[in-house]
Amino acid sequence: MRRIDLRRLGMGAAAPILALVVALTITSLILLLAKDDVGAVWRQFFQAPKPRQVIAMINAAVVFYLSAVAAAIGFKMNLFNIGVDGQYRVAAFCAALVAGWGSNNGLPGPLVVVIALVVAMLSGALWSGIAGLLKVGRGVSEVISTIMLNAIATNLVAFLLAKVAHQATGSNVRTTQPIAESAWVPGISLDGIIATPEKVYGLIVLAILVGVANWFLLGKTRFGFDLRATGASETAALASGVKVKRMVLVAMLLSGAAAGLVGMPLLFGQDYAYGDTFQPGLGFAGIAIALLGRNHPMGMAAAALLWGYLGQQAVGLPINAGVSEKLVDVIQGVMVLSVVVAYELVRRGGIAMEQRRVAAQLAAQRARERQPEGVTA
Amino acid sequence: MTAAAPAAPPAAAGSANAVELHGITKRFPGVVANKDIELVVRRGTVHAIVGENGAGKSTLMKILYGVQAPDEGTISVNGQQIALKSPTDAINAGIGMVFQHFMLADNLTVLENVVLGAERMHGIGDAARAEITRIAKAYGLGVRPDDLVADLGVGARQRVEILKVLYRGAKILILDEPTAVLVPQEVDELFGNLRELKAEGLTVIFISHKLDEVLKVADDITVIRRGTTVAAVDPKGVTPRKLAELMVGSELPSPQTEESTVTDRPVLTLQGIDLAGPPGQRKALDHIDLVIHAGEILGIAGVEGNGQAELVEVVMGIREPSAGTVLLEQTDISDWQVREIREAGVGYIPEDRHRHGLLLESPLWENVVLGHQTQRPAARGALIDAKAVQEQTRDIVKAYDVRTPSIMVTAGSLSGGNQQKLIVGREMSHHPKVLLAAHPTRGVDVGAQAVIWDLIKDARRGGMAVLLISADLEELVGLSDTIRVILRGGLSEPYDPATVTREELGAAMTGAKGADAPPPHDRPQDEENPA
Amino acid sequence: MSSGLQVGSTVETEADGAARRRPTWFWYAVVGAALVVVSTIRVLTGAHDIDSSGALMAATALAMPIGLAGLGGLWSERAGVVNIGLEGMMILGTWGAAFFGCYYGPWAGILGAIGMGIVGGAVHALATVVFGVDHIVSGVAVNLLGAGAASYLAVRTFSGLPSGGPTQSPPLAQLPFISIPGVGDALKSIEESRIWLAADLAAILRALTTNLNILTVIGIGLFVLTWWVLWRTPFGLRVRACGEKPQAAETLGVDVYRHKLIAVLISGGLAGLAGGFLVLVASNLYREGQTGGRGYIGLAAMLFGNWRPGGLAGGAALFGYTDAIQLRGGGDVVRAYLLPIGLGLVAWAVWSLWRKRQGKPVIGALQVALGVLVLVWFSLIDRVPDEFTRMLPYVATLLVLAFASQKLRMPAADGQVYRKGEAK
Repeated sequence: MRRIDLRRLGMGAAAPILALVVALTITSLILLLAKDDVGAVWRQFFQAPKPRQVIAMINAAVVFYLSAVAAAIGFKMNLFNIGVDGQYRVAAFCAALVAGWGSNNGLPGPLVVVIALVVAMLSGALWSGIAGLLKVGRGVSEVISTIMLNAIATNLVAFLLAKVAHQATGSNVRTTQPIAESAWVPGISLDGIIATPEKVYGLIVLAILVGVANWFLLGKTRFGFDLRATGASETAALASGVKVKRMVLVAMLLSGAAAGLVGMPLLFGQDYAYGDTFQPGLGFAGIAIALLGRNHPMGMAAAALLWGYLGQQAVGLPINAGVSEKLVDVIQGVMVLSVVVAYELVRRGGIAMEQRRVAAQLAAQRARERQPEGVTA
Repeated sequence: MTAAAPAAPPAAAGSANAVELHGITKRFPGVVANKDIELVVRRGTVHAIVGENGAGKSTLMKILYGVQAPDEGTISVNGQQIALKSPTDAINAGIGMVFQHFMLADNLTVLENVVLGAERMHGIGDAARAEITRIAKAYGLGVRPDDLVADLGVGARQRVEILKVLYRGAKILILDEPTAVLVPQEVDELFGNLRELKAEGLTVIFISHKLDEVLKVADDITVIRRGTTVAAVDPKGVTPRKLAELMVGSELPSPQTEESTVTDRPVLTLQGIDLAGPPGQRKALDHIDLVIHAGEILGIAGVEGNGQAELVEVVMGIREPSAGTVLLEQTDISDWQVREIREAGVGYIPEDRHRHGLLLESPLWENVVLGHQTQRPAARGALIDAKAVQEQTRDIVKAYDVRTPSIMVTAGSLSGGNQQKLIVGREMSHHPKVLLAAHPTRGVDVGAQAVIWDLIKDARRGGMAVLLISADLEELVGLSDTIRVILRGGLSEPYDPATVTREELGAAMTGAKGADAPPPHDRPQDEENPA
Repeated sequence: MSSGLQVGSTVETEADGAARRRPTWFWYAVVGAALVVVSTIRVLTGAHDIDSSGALMAATALAMPIGLAGLGGLWSERAGVVNIGLEGMMILGTWGAAFFGCYYGPWAGILGAIGMGIVGGAVHALATVVFGVDHIVSGVAVNLLGAGAASYLAVRTFSGLPSGGPTQSPPLAQLPFISIPGVGDALKSIEESRIWLAADLAAILRALTTNLNILTVIGIGLFVLTWWVLWRTPFGLRVRACGEKPQAAETLGVDVYRHKLIAVLISGGLAGLAGGFLVLVASNLYREGQTGGRGYIGLAAMLFGNWRPGGLAGGAALFGYTDAIQLRGGGDVVRAYLLPIGLGLVAWAVWSLWRKRQGKPVIGALQVALGVLVLVWFSLIDRVPDEFTRMLPYVATLLVLAFASQKLRMPAADGQVYRKGEAK
């Protein structure tokens, strides 16, 4: 039994490591072709991060992780929720409105935070629910509908923001009403471990809770079983009694609700308002991380940290290596591609290996018992 | 279990054998499909290769057609040794294959399907059209080049497959289980076609496990068992029984009915069930009335596509009938959902276990949960009780003879027979009131087939009602207490399996009242109908 | 789209559809009726940009990239490979067009665009055909990679150039525009008379004969060429067979992998060309984010066109039109459309309730209410806010898909991960 676990572990880790190596190789090739300084780039990436940067990496990872969980819920069901981007925008806007109003009108801080989180989940779910209804009711591919909804969300939120805009003195940025300090979520200091005044987002707790909830829901409950079964074989799930249409809708709603939480650490730990410059692009990062981490709670956590690491180190690229920061996008893109290829190869190899192993074990059993059996071809 | 020395008939002076295979061996992960196969096919004959499900016949034919390469052994065509690395090589050597599962693109026309890959021969326009029409006439195949394949029935599709190989100038035709989807009348038509091909000097190799048909049409027979050749016989000098024994190695226990266990307590009742078909077409189910009592097996015979799948879907709740009621004992379950119906005690052995019965990449114990997520032992409140299910799985594996090293392996790594036994065990262990068994022994090796038949009979003795849908007339006759035939969505009157003949069933299955009135849809243009 | 769940879509085979394919005059009647409606609301509301020759020329110019991307999607899916990486390939094409166009002129730019698109296509082909990765996952990855690579390359190559910058190329020379001499001015005066129907027809004719870019003409030619190759040549038959039943093709000696590979490469090339169009015709430079989701809209056009070039062209024209309105700040145009939409909703609800009589009155009442709301909105505003106008192409895509998705007839093996030797 132990031998099998080690092998499975090895196989599980083989793919991402292989992907990393391939990504490094291809990126080096691109750098060589562009006549950039390969050595300087890698020195920058492998240089030990400063404590301040470590905090930044963890914080980035927190947000990425939430996005990845949202995407992963969909992936487990064979649904491609590319709309995480639009969903977290809508959710962050609504949550910021509610939190801004509540905290400035006397509601206690913790209550404001909780209400805002709920509002965020509901609005994210609403936005993804549109795509879910279109899929279940009209057979519209969620890939295209969620992408369209992203663009619609961007414009819609911009429109609404203009309507409620709160111009802070001396600033050009339009934002929602800033949240009062009573509702700010305090950061967590790692001062004992790493010497730095910077703090980790308090809502890292939220990310951990979401991760645990995701693991529990999918792995231990009946609902989770139905969801995984539908993703594995829609026809078998249907024949087994799963109400597939309802499941698709619920999965999209859950995915949207999780997506809604993506902006919350930023909202309550950093920006304290929603504005034009609220961080974009977190949705696609989440998809990549979910793919990299293979929809597994721990795998995605590791991948999120990796993403945060790469992002932070890349900041120094223009200064220290004379290369654009955007190189990190290339590295990330190549990583995702190589990892999905690697996973596919490993999966197929694994199936063949298991079939051989089962047949061999059965043959051994048979030899021991001396029982006849038909040949299977 | 020893291999009888192949008694090859002497080759006619001066003519090379059409095909010779010597020492062919092929291994797959964990399984030896072919071992040391010997085959000699005389030119201008119909040569049958017989063996039961899982004996290795299909693999052998794939080797002969270049889809797989043998690990060892030689192939000779018309006296010359060749290596077949791809279907193109086989086609160039004059070999044409008609697959058991038709290789036709539904959305393309007959012409497009036929010329695909052979566009250089007559182009893809009028010249090709003319050639196809010529061949169809010459061999009595009755297909039109511009028909859409999706519109054709099973018999016609098979003739398109034959046309495909003739178009390419095949002189050696391989047919893989051609009669598996045909009713007796269509089988006779096919054999008529084969005799015409033989008369034109072509060679036909014919794979089957239906011994009576083989004896009717073959000139030579090679028997394959457990992946290797056991005998080459002359059909004139062998009885069906002897042939069966060669095929199986020992006496095959055929399903025998014992004393009746049928009670008069109805368990499943369908009254006036109608189900609309696709828009603009006839009803999928037309006024179906049936009753199954406790302890009774009702067998439904029919050609694929006459409503069997729809019947299953209505009973299981996957689709709601447009009219009529479904009663489980006294309760109306017509508009219930699948989950509720299953919970109420309807078990289901699906026709396509890979698509509807299993999660191939999940471990066995999770597959045991499938279909019973809301029932004990799997369900504990809203959670899944993994430990209890695993224990149940171990019990099933033991009681139902599922050969597997552990319950943690994935379902996809088991053989077909063991997968099916697992499914049967899973359904039975919840003691259903009625079991829906659709083609329960399809693609299953003989040993597992016997086990499954026994299990079904045991369950019947225990008072379970069974709705058995099958294309295997032997299975239907052996297991059922009553047989009805489904045709164009409607059920025939009941037949007594003890007295009904195969011809009667075949006639009912095609809607013909006699042996010479096939449905107008796939009627060949000029044919003589041997009775 | 067939990778992923099938729930909700009832896919007919082409056989079902053939019996009910509408005769050609039906489509001409539809176009004619649309023309009458549009002309009427133009006169009523004074939103003359609704079909001015300027708007229609812009529409044609914007329909092209959408249509070319959709054509790329069509090639790929007809061979059985779902390609949602069109956006990424298009982005690569925009960079290629700008880079090569900058140094070697617009024609080199076009070749560069096609080349970069093919690179993107090669990556997708490698992942899906050779390695058997899920098509949609690969497409998402290609989008990430394409966007990242183009951004990086842009910073690398345009930063130092005059009038260029990290996210923008210097202005480029465009491909030549052609006009049929003489007609332009005459038509212009008819158009400016604003007479019902006559002005609209004049505008349409003017848009088709004046300032048409040579690449547009080439693009239309590519549509015709695609139709001819796929439906009239052996190569095309083989490609389509790979998308319908690759197992059958394999048993007949067709190299399925090779045909899929070639189809996906062509797909990438066309998407790249679409990007080149954006850079060298619809505008005159590269800008980050230029594609704006048009790759996905192209896919929607392909779905709308039922995987056929003719229908795809119609879909592309529709989406190109909404794109043009949005770019020209047509708030008043969108507002003008509210009139027929509102009236249409009310009329449809009344008609269907009248016809079916039993129907679901709740839905009918909702439709009427919605229609009335739309009409009220129409009467209250002069123009629709800019942000809503910018949403127009995306909302149109969603609406089209919502109505059309259930009637799709896709290639039977589209989205299947095919491995050699699967023939049973």
